[in-house]
Amino acid sequence: MQPPTDTLAPPDLNFDSEVGDSASTVENPTVGIDQSVGDFTYDVKYAFDAGSGLNEGVIRYISDVKKEASWILDFRLKAYQTFLEKPMPTHWATKDLENIDFNKIRYYLSQGQKPKRTWDEVPDDIKRTFERLGIPEQERKFLAGVEAQFDSEAAYSNVKDIVAKQGVIFCNSTEALREHPEIFRKWFGKVIPTGDNKFSALNSAVFSGGSFIYVPKGVKVAMPLQAYFRINAENFGQFERTLIIADEGAEVTYMEGCTAPKFSTSTLHSAVVELVALKGAKIQYITVQNWAPNVFNLVTKRAIAMEDAEVKWIDCNIGSRLTMKYPGVILKGKRARGEVISIALANDGQHQDTGAKMIHAADDTTSVIVAKSISVGQGRSTYRGVVHIPKHLKGCKNNTECDALLINTNSRTDTYPAIVVRGDTHAVQHEASVSKVSEDMIFYMQQRGLTEAQAMSLAVNGFVNDLVRQFPMEYSVELKRLIDLEMEGSVG
Amino acid sequence: MPTLEIRDLFVALAATPDKPIVKGLNLTIRTGEVHAIMGPNGTGKSTLSKAIAGHPDYVITSGDVLLGGKSILEMEADERARAGLFLAFQYPSEIPGVSIANFLRAAVQARLAEGEEIDATAYYKRLYSKMDLLKIDRKFTSRSVNEGFSGGEKKRCEILQMAMLEPTFSLMDETDSGLDIDALRIVAEGVNLMRGEKLGVLLITHYQRLLDYIVPDFVHVMYDGRIVKSGDKTLALELEAKGYDWVKQELALSASAAVATA
Repeated sequence: MQPPTDTLAPPDLNFDSEVGDSASTVENPTVGIDQSVGDFTYDVKYAFDAGSGLNEGVIRYISDVKKEASWILDFRLKAYQTFLEKPMPTHWATKDLENIDFNKIRYYLSQGQKPKRTWDEVPDDIKRTFERLGIPEQERKFLAGVEAQFDSEAAYSNVKDIVAKQGVIFCNSTEALREHPEIFRKWFGKVIPTGDNKFSALNSAVFSGGSFIYVPKGVKVAMPLQAYFRINAENFGQFERTLIIADEGAEVTYMEGCTAPKFSTSTLHSAVVELVALKGAKIQYITVQNWAPNVFNLVTKRAIAMEDAEVKWIDCNIGSRLTMKYPGVILKGKRARGEVISIALANDGQHQDTGAKMIHAADDTTSVIVAKSISVGQGRSTYRGVVHIPKHLKGCKNNTECDALLINTNSRTDTYPAIVVRGDTHAVQHEASVSKVSEDMIFYMQQRGLTEAQAMSLAVNGFVNDLVRQFPMEYSVELKRLIDLEMEGSVG
Repeated sequence: MPTLEIRDLFVALAATPDKPIVKGLNLTIRTGEVHAIMGPNGTGKSTLSKAIAGHPDYVITSGDVLLGGKSILEMEADERARAGLFLAFQYPSEIPGVSIANFLRAAVQARLAEGEEIDATAYYKRLYSKMDLLKIDRKFTSRSVNEGFSGGEKKRCEILQMAMLEPTFSLMDETDSGLDIDALRIVAEGVNLMRGEKLGVLLITHYQRLLDYIVPDFVHVMYDGRIVKSGDKTLALELEAKGYDWVKQELALSASAAVATA
């Protein structure tokens, strides 16, 4: 199908958000947590709590606790002003955003206080999910004492040691900006400017945690860098900040969040994730988001790809109350390539507002978007996509495919593709489909002995199967399990 | 020996329960037997098979269906399937993205006790032996269930599922007049291979042609929602020679005879 060269764009897609699935890399140097294996201390006597609500004092407090350089504090304070000035994007996004009460949120809570997290305190539905996911007993114990054991994850640190020998830097935002400003400051806040949207401004004001990664020239990190995002203390790390820089010819795969335990008493998570792929570099960023259903997940994710660079976002959203996330790639150098693979599952009470942005800014650049969404019960999924190819460029290509599956008659899906193509040397293709799981299909499977729920699950897994196969094995297995769990309660 | 008993069965569409399609049908099938139900279009043959299998579009307004002496009417479609009832569909559904191997694996897994995990090695060994038996190419089971299949491939897929799930009773809806000769052969060869003491078959067909390949033990003629005539395989040949009008005439005669005696 040949799309029109000019499509009406939705009012404002400047909100790229997603927050986090990544939530919280907790680290606070001032409380004495050392990330390296076997060499950490935890002083429970220190508690840092910025209290509820947001004001300049809170921001100064955060910066002070982190012992930040003054330019960071300035950056934060400026961002706070921008946050205040920016309206909620409810003129195009859901009105549900108005239910966020910024005065009730705790913007900084470090793990100074006595650990409280035990499995008994974990909300029942999350606890049950973990049990049914078969997370090993060992993992469960680890989480029970999450504060004491945080950062003691051997696998994580082992990887860190290996990559460190290659000159790779992998640390949290506070440490990165303090220890390696010469590397990170250059790109910090450059791919996603503070004022990109209200929530990127909020993140810029109060960010804490996240991963900062630098992969030197020509270094190909063999194993994926994996972020174990565990919410350590309540509210901590809800505004994490991630910046990944792959230098010329470097390659790195980063996996975050996913089905690792993430639970929170807070209701808002707002991350900013910036990727920089320099000439010939490759970055792959994988997310499996499974927040508790009370979480507003508003995340801004964007990459810049230089000449011959490739960036691929693999993004899966299953949890949260509202997710707004549109990973993007700015195709800045010739022959750069950007790809977004997106799976969203919206169950009762959930709204997955996801999509992708591809901004072509050089000749012969290529972008691919494949988005599949499943709406269950009264769940709602929305696809928003922006593809921008300006007139002065030559030989750009985009292929967009978005498919929606509706499970019940009251499920909802909306698609807002905005494709703006100018010039006559480009090739753009857009395909969209909406389908429903038919009663006959379910009966057919039931006739083979599958329960209605199992049949539904299989139908949904089949729908996303070609995308799930692009996930690393362990993630695809977890993803399948999560889908099974989601579908279990959807029939009857 | 297990039986499938259909007792004075009345079936209607769920949307129009006061308009019966199957009207007081009686039939008992034992394992080891192959029964064929023949009849003109629109007499309720397909409705009968779907209702027995528990399709939600149909409602059984009276009568009973007993599997091994127990009524199955209160059971969900999947429970009926696990109890040993198989329906070979006339128009099997496509399941995009789900391979035949994975689909069958899920179906086999569904038959295990809770907490019991399928033995993958044993499963594939059995699957491949069944495929060898049915002369099915190994590559076949990596394809999505029925997606883009030809008529013959759909039949092959149904027969393979039947072979793997080893039902006690199989209802085979082969009423499609468009069934080509290859598809007919696939069905026939499959049934003939699986035929035996452990399986009862109810073959529903419009054409006598299928019975050239599968020799039934019993032949029933269905007309207007009922079985109006039963016999052995020679009945099928008689039908082929004389056509369904012959049955209709006989019915009319016996009806007027009944009126005369009354």
